[in-house]
Amino acid sequence: MLIFVGLGLFDEKDVTLKGLEAIKNADIVYLEAYTSRLTGTDIKVMEKLYERKINVLFREDVEINTDWLSDALDKNVVFMTGGDTMTSTTHIDLRLRAAEMGIETKLIHGPSIISAVYGLSGLQNYKFGKSASIPFPYTSSRGVRVVTETPYDTILLNKKSGLHTLVFLDIDPEKGYMTAKDGLKLLMEVENKKSAENAEDAGTFENIVGNSIAIGIARAGSEKPCVYADFARNFENFELGGPLQILVIAGELHLEEAKALVTFANAPVEILDE
Amino acid sequence: MGKRKQMVERVTELMKTPDMIRNIGIVAHIDHGKTTLSDNLLAGAGMISAELAGEQRFMDSDEQEQARGITIDASNVSMVHTFEGEEYLINLIDTPGHVDFGGDVTRAMRAVDGAVVVVDAVEGTMPQTETVLRQALREQVHPVLFINKVDRLINELQVDEKEMQIRLGKLIDHVNKLIRNMNPERYKGGWKIDAADGSVSFGSAKYNWAISVPMMKKTGVSFKDVYEYCTNDDMKTLAKKCPLHEVLNDMIIKHLPNPITAQETRVKTIWHGDKESVVGKSMNKADPKGPLAFMVTGISTDPHAGEVATGRLFSGTLLRGMEVYTSGSVKKSRIQQVGIFMGPERLDVDGIPAGNIAAVTGLRDAIVGSTISTVENMVPFESIRHVSEPVITVSVEAKHTKDLPKLVEVLRKVAKEDPTLQITLDEETGEHLMAGMGELHLEVIAHRIEKDKGVEIITNPPIVVYRETIKRLVQNVEGKSPNRHNRFYIDVMPLEPEVVNLIKEGEISMRMEELERRQKLIDAGMDKEEARSIAGIYGTNMYLDMTKGIQYLNETMELVLDGFEEVMKAGPLAREPVSNVKVILRDAKLHEDAIHRGPAQIIPASRQAIQAAMLMAEDTLLEPYQKVFIQVPQNLMGGATKEIQGRRGIVLDMKTEGDLSIIESRAPVSELFGFAGDIRSATEGRAMWSTEFGGFEFVPASLLGDVVAGIRERKGLKKELPKASDFLDM
Repeated sequence: MLIFVGLGLFDEKDVTLKGLEAIKNADIVYLEAYTSRLTGTDIKVMEKLYERKINVLFREDVEINTDWLSDALDKNVVFMTGGDTMTSTTHIDLRLRAAEMGIETKLIHGPSIISAVYGLSGLQNYKFGKSASIPFPYTSSRGVRVVTETPYDTILLNKKSGLHTLVFLDIDPEKGYMTAKDGLKLLMEVENKKSAENAEDAGTFENIVGNSIAIGIARAGSEKPCVYADFARNFENFELGGPLQILVIAGELHLEEAKALVTFANAPVEILDE
Repeated sequence: MGKRKQMVERVTELMKTPDMIRNIGIVAHIDHGKTTLSDNLLAGAGMISAELAGEQRFMDSDEQEQARGITIDASNVSMVHTFEGEEYLINLIDTPGHVDFGGDVTRAMRAVDGAVVVVDAVEGTMPQTETVLRQALREQVHPVLFINKVDRLINELQVDEKEMQIRLGKLIDHVNKLIRNMNPERYKGGWKIDAADGSVSFGSAKYNWAISVPMMKKTGVSFKDVYEYCTNDDMKTLAKKCPLHEVLNDMIIKHLPNPITAQETRVKTIWHGDKESVVGKSMNKADPKGPLAFMVTGISTDPHAGEVATGRLFSGTLLRGMEVYTSGSVKKSRIQQVGIFMGPERLDVDGIPAGNIAAVTGLRDAIVGSTISTVENMVPFESIRHVSEPVITVSVEAKHTKDLPKLVEVLRKVAKEDPTLQITLDEETGEHLMAGMGELHLEVIAHRIEKDKGVEIITNPPIVVYRETIKRLVQNVEGKSPNRHNRFYIDVMPLEPEVVNLIKEGEISMRMEELERRQKLIDAGMDKEEARSIAGIYGTNMYLDMTKGIQYLNETMELVLDGFEEVMKAGPLAREPVSNVKVILRDAKLHEDAIHRGPAQIIPASRQAIQAAMLMAEDTLLEPYQKVFIQVPQNLMGGATKEIQGRRGIVLDMKTEGDLSIIESRAPVSELFGFAGDIRSATEGRAMWSTEFGGFEFVPASLLGDVVAGIRERKGLKKELPKASDFLDM
């Protein structure tokens, strides 16, 4: 049996009772540590509470060297992730591999950053469009710096329908955690480049993101999460402190949404007038 | 040294008048007398005493050069000569003749506009004469000819006066044929050499005399007189009547172009930026008031000034304190000193205007080939083409472990000074590897590290540098990213030889305009659709993107190309550099979210597809060959040919010249280690020999397995040969 357990948002205590039970009953416990992290705790503390030894899995173990899956043929294996268990797109692949091997699987959910964002920002969940991710820019061996335009394009597409965009920020073993400020800077870079390239078609890209309200959220699930809203062009103001951070670019704001942002996220009051 | 000071003043004055300047190089086959010629030109200009010329080897500033009696680095000197009542400035670069140092010749050619090709009257044009002439003509450098050692023709071969003229005429015809074949456009445009107009001169650098048709008219000395002076052993008188430097310098000034004339036609072959831009126009006329455009052709280290960059100033004026940009670097640097070279000495001056060869300190991050400009993001000069490729490697260790950090620093420096040298760190073994053009080249570098840089080292026996390549076409190989969300479908095949040549000759690069590149490829026979799909060139390998309208591929291409480059640097069979492979991307599936197609996903997917495909396409090894030229007394010829044949070599041609046999042969580098000693004992030490890069050939099938296993073992790779499935089953 392979049980996927979502550990929740911030520290070892965010796991559900069902999840905790499953972990305590497991023969082997694995923790996936590259798509998300519980920044409010560490492995030792977790091991103490869960009363199990935790084996950490890296990207290669989850994507390539999945031999450990065969443990689940005759043992109870728990595979833990931060947040909810299937939110990371790659994990369905593991479940499929397990199914191919004839392993029974089960999901135990945990609090997810996606619903936490709705709650902390006051934005309404049915008003979100496609999500996007911002990876760190890449410099090739030819010295070419590549900044992906995909998240920008996704935001644009959502905005055309008045929808908000949830933007996941990169976690990199070398470059660290991307902050909301870094993410906004990159979006503005793409916007400036696009408006320069389309100068004769002025207005197409001019300040579409820059004039949008951005909501930065840090350390959701902790005692003191930070929520801050401002125009994206004021990205320098997004000093949210430590990781993990996530970003929302707002589409059209309902009055209730605007009120919540002003009240709980320091948003500029002028957004109430629109 | 009063005279010398005077000289410097005249030089700095003349620097400002470009039409009175000639930038020239002297090129020749080894031992044809190039350095002796340079010294005599200097003596004629009053820079060293006439008695010492021919002995002093003034241009050979390196201790090793004097000891070995050969020139290793190209050195520079400026001198003044009066022609038809006017003073001219000649900036002269001496270049090494030994083929192991061919990179220096190529670099020197970028700095000059004209070249004196020196040929031994007895030996005639030799392979390296052809190589250096080709290097000059490629860089659009105008040649004139000096036929040296005419006295040997008369005194040693004892030809009569008539025979002498016939032989010299034949030699001139042959050089013309070479020029015509190598650069037909220029040949038709007036670069044909002709004794009658004075673009050819004859003489003896050793005995300090020379003659040309214009000089005969001026002095009344005829060929008959020359013949008599030589046979009567009175070349001193001849040298007084027809001094070498006068004949040569007259020839240089009359026939070789000044920088303004030269740059008008040269700039377009060495720079592919916008001709109508300010800097483009300024370079065309060598405008000293234009923006700065300086190309670095050499870097040396001076104990006091640090790194000194030598090069050619194509536009603007170099001034102390000037702020400049170096291509490939974001930081600005400030020029500390500007100067000219007088042999081993560097003399600081206040400023140097366009059209001159200059030495500069203070350039941060400059390497050989860098473009220095006051214009930010100036399109860099085309990189300097090296005809030869590194063929052998030695690993280097510090004798004392404490010297390791110093060694790393020193290796970085020697690589910067000599771009034909490749330094790599083998990450698995921690060894530093130096790859060079031949045994001698690496010996000299090792010596330099110990003597000049003061780091004691241990070098291991040299190893041959192989190339991996494939023999056939394989289609539709799939590469998957580790997360399986991204897939690439590729074909691999041998790259057409015509296209390989275009890359090798520097005719096409990713830097040039797409349209120009496409046309050149189509002219070379490439399919139109393929020619418009070039995504990357690495070494002599090419990556083509022939997909249509795949979303996100555009922003993923750099990652795909990084995967391609990784394989081209180290192929799947033996991790040797790859040559002559064409990869075509036919289709791709990409995840729509950028985070799932980052470097950790795309690079391995791209890389593994190519690795697997190459192994399916009969991945094999090419080994480097050297051409070996041997001169040996006829009775000892058998011993010499046996040495070649015993080394998987073949004799290509055999000629007799008097009692000498001249053997032209070709053998794999892997078999040539220790050749120097063996040929000496096989010929009682009477063979004279030289080598030249001879291209690559397939390793014979019967040896391939052992060679690959040997390399893999040395590199600490798994001994069993890799299979395509190793790269596919992910």
